[in-house]
Amino acid sequence: MESVTLQVLRYLPEEKSEPFYQDYDVPFQKKWVILDALNYIKDHVDGTLTYRWSCRMGVCGSCGMMVNDQPVLTCETFLETYLPGPIRIAPLSYFAVIRDLVVNTDDFLGKVKRAKPWLITDELKPVTEGEYRQTPDELKEYKQYSMCINCMLCYSACPIVGLDPEFVGPAAVALAQRYNYDSRDDGHGQRNKILMDDDGIYSCTLVGECSVVCPKAVDPAGAIQRYKVTGAVEWWKSVVMPWKSDK
Amino acid sequence: MTRYGPDEHDVLIVGGGGAGLRAAIAVAEANPKLKIAVISKVYPMRSHTVSAEGGSAAVIKSNDSLDEHAYDTISGSDWLCDQNAVEEFVNEAPKELLQLEHWGCPWSREPDGSISVRSFGGMKIKRTWYAADKTGFHMLHTLFQTTMKYDRIHRYDEYFVTSLMVDDGRCQGVVAIELTTGKINAIAARSVILCTGGCGRVFPYTTNANIKSGDGMALAYRAGVPMKDMEFVQYHPTGLPFTGILITEAARAEGGYLLNKDGYRYLQDYDLGKPEPKPVLRSMELGPRDRLSQAFEKEHEKGQTIEGPFGPFVHLDIKHLGEDVINEKIPFVRELCLKYENIDPVKEYIPVRPVVHYMMGGIHTDIHGATPLEGLYAAGEAACVSINGANRLGSNSLTECLVFGARAGKAAAENASQGKSFSRNLEAIAMDEGRRIEKAYLSNRSGKTKNSESIVTIREEMHQAMKDGAGIFRTEKSLKESQNAIQELQDRLLRTSIGDTSYTFNTELTSAMELSYMLDVAEAVIQSALKRDESRGSHQRSDHPGRDDDKFLVHSLAYKTEKDLPRIDYLPVTITRWPPGERIYGR
Ligand SMILES: Cc1cc2nc3c(=O)[nH]c(=O)nc-3n(C[C@H](O)[C@H](O)[C@H](O)COP(=O)(O)OP(=O)(O)OC[C@H]3O[C@@H](n4cnc5c(N)ncnc54)[C@H](O)[C@@H]3O)c2cc1C
Ligand code: SF4
Ligand code: FES
Repeated sequence: MESVTLQVLRYLPEEKSEPFYQDYDVPFQKKWVILDALNYIKDHVDGTLTYRWSCRMGVCGSCGMMVNDQPVLTCETFLETYLPGPIRIAPLSYFAVIRDLVVNTDDFLGKVKRAKPWLITDELKPVTEGEYRQTPDELKEYKQYSMCINCMLCYSACPIVGLDPEFVGPAAVALAQRYNYDSRDDGHGQRNKILMDDDGIYSCTLVGECSVVCPKAVDPAGAIQRYKVTGAVEWWKSVVMPWKSDK
Repeated sequence: MTRYGPDEHDVLIVGGGGAGLRAAIAVAEANPKLKIAVISKVYPMRSHTVSAEGGSAAVIKSNDSLDEHAYDTISGSDWLCDQNAVEEFVNEAPKELLQLEHWGCPWSREPDGSISVRSFGGMKIKRTWYAADKTGFHMLHTLFQTTMKYDRIHRYDEYFVTSLMVDDGRCQGVVAIELTTGKINAIAARSVILCTGGCGRVFPYTTNANIKSGDGMALAYRAGVPMKDMEFVQYHPTGLPFTGILITEAARAEGGYLLNKDGYRYLQDYDLGKPEPKPVLRSMELGPRDRLSQAFEKEHEKGQTIEGPFGPFVHLDIKHLGEDVINEKIPFVRELCLKYENIDPVKEYIPVRPVVHYMMGGIHTDIHGATPLEGLYAAGEAACVSINGANRLGSNSLTECLVFGARAGKAAAENASQGKSFSRNLEAIAMDEGRRIEKAYLSNRSGKTKNSESIVTIREEMHQAMKDGAGIFRTEKSLKESQNAIQELQDRLLRTSIGDTSYTFNTELTSAMELSYMLDVAEAVIQSALKRDESRGSHQRSDHPGRDDDKFLVHSLAYKTEKDLPRIDYLPVTITRWPPGERIYGR
């Protein structure tokens, strides 16, 4: 196999109002990931091709794209997997496209912020008093949810995000749970209010695709499921014992 | 497309990595009235702090002391750090890491729930806090998420800073391109803090992300602020050859061997001890980073390394540890090899080579993060305080981002609180900058012409020059040749024109500007190295072996000149309690 064709969905808002596919032939190398092929195009074929990347080690979360209709991190997806090609590359689904493979991230970050992803404590412990004790088991309770790199792949896999752009979405719920299950945190009451509103977790029909595509095994579907269980109890408490729910 | 808003802030932080976000929170807490903004060319959580794995050092356990941490840092630096800075650093480090704990950082724990610490190269006592093998990732996300609760911290995400606005002898903001629209914006601020990270991308093989192009260093340099100690570049001995991805020291701590082309543990030939089947601390594969990288170079000179498509390499062998130990103790090593090099270390050798990892030098600041230019501050890897001297110890730099990020934040807040008014000239300065960008990069708006230079070629030649002349070993001759090459590339850069003429997310434009920053950094590295006729820490001059404390117990300061090579001045090192001694390993 000498070369492989990449069919890239391009969008150049200053030139054309509609997106279009452009074919690029790149030399095949066993070591190359999709991102290497894109960098080859950018450096040697077409400098106008536009996409985001930075770490090239699967941790900064910049390089997510649809490859043959699946959301993946292109820095950890080998070309070899898709031989003989052609390989179709498109921007992440359900996000507004800025240019070529670059999508608008602000909306996503707004949803993350709605989940109040910071430690909320009833009483502030001064730093001089040392660390909050947290056992390895307590850490394990939320550790998985703390591994989210904000790559947004789960949003592109989620049919509900496609239907209801306001849906708070998998990663934001996982982040809320990351703090809800942290033994140092008292903020679940505040987060509940947001996550149980119209665009909150009850929009989710548990398709589960988010957990399938997540590159960091965060299991956002599990986080949502867990929320539905505790959420129902919380809702009940807020009706029957309103003074208990706004902690 | 230049727009003068102006957007006015009291404190503007350039960079959303560990240092920048810590500084932003420090400003918010110092004075609730101040208007704060963070500007970053990538969304903050994409910053390169995210990729740090090992950990962050601070004294927390009862068997440890601040003096021990200070001494390890100072001897590790080959006595080139400022000891007053190190004393402040070790003193504030525990508070900073605890503060991060109170903000929710998921530090790894002991069974009793207290903070867990691990050993790290050059630290005599275990004091490195860690969050599994994703420490930088967790620190950055904790900081980023914490900043979200401060509505007063305004963010300019995906804005690329092109210059500092300096008038009336003080820095009063920046000019930046908003990537989504291509608008050139003037953003005024009473204090500016540069937290733009390192510059590993000046070299061809590096653990550093694509965004680490020394932007802030060059911005300060162009505004007349010197870069300090730029000749000190840290190599990590075990990077993957093609990607530069880091294979952590833990692989060797568990018992990995480094083998030359004949399968021979060559480190025994370089005064690093005798080969034993099991790992021995401070010996052979567990020697210090600089010495291991230097041994690789010597082995290469002897023709004993293996030639590959991405240059010479040696083998890291962990096969004998067995699949179970590998999966249990160093799973990330296997994951990285599988995912990024398509090899399985349970069955195959891991190809490794020294790769550029960290810049000890940076923007010259005092212990409050202040630069000599009024209103301008710096912190993190972009800055040089200096606590790292000629060689930084692993796990000190994440802590440095917190300690000096917070300090710079406080100092910048204090300065801004004076409420000085902005110069009338800022608008004109911004318009000039807009014209400069148009002329330098976009003037040829019909596309490439026949004689125009390609940024890709210039970048490749810069990499070659830095590798050949300013690598692990340097000589006067190699450095001079590289200096000539870089000067020539500076000229050629003036003749580039880029093919992309769009205003929307023009990454070809930003790549060209990053290249111009890197060339400025490169000339400072080379000139500082050329003038330092001694070998110290990471700076090894084959033609001047041995440390020379009489002449060179000083910091180098590289100043930009109009047309000529940078001018190098010197500043004495501050010694408080630890007179210079010998650095001994393995004996
Ligand atoms: C692979 C790896 C592993 C490491 N492991 C460790 C470790 O275990 N322990 C340790 O202590 N250290 C480690 N380090 C070093 C440490 O991670 C870095 O020194 C530190 O994270 C730097 O943080 P920073 O905030 O200074 O910069 P960065 O995190 O690099 O952030 C720089 C910021 O500046 C912004 N910026 C840059 N230029 C511009 C511009 N022109 N316009 C606008 N914004 C701009 C960027 O967008 C970014 O937000 C490691 C480094 C690497 C590469
Ligand atoms: S939950 Fe997984 S897929 Fe979704 S943003 Fe986080 S890391 Fe990416
Ligand atoms: S480039 Fe960072 S995750 Fe792919």
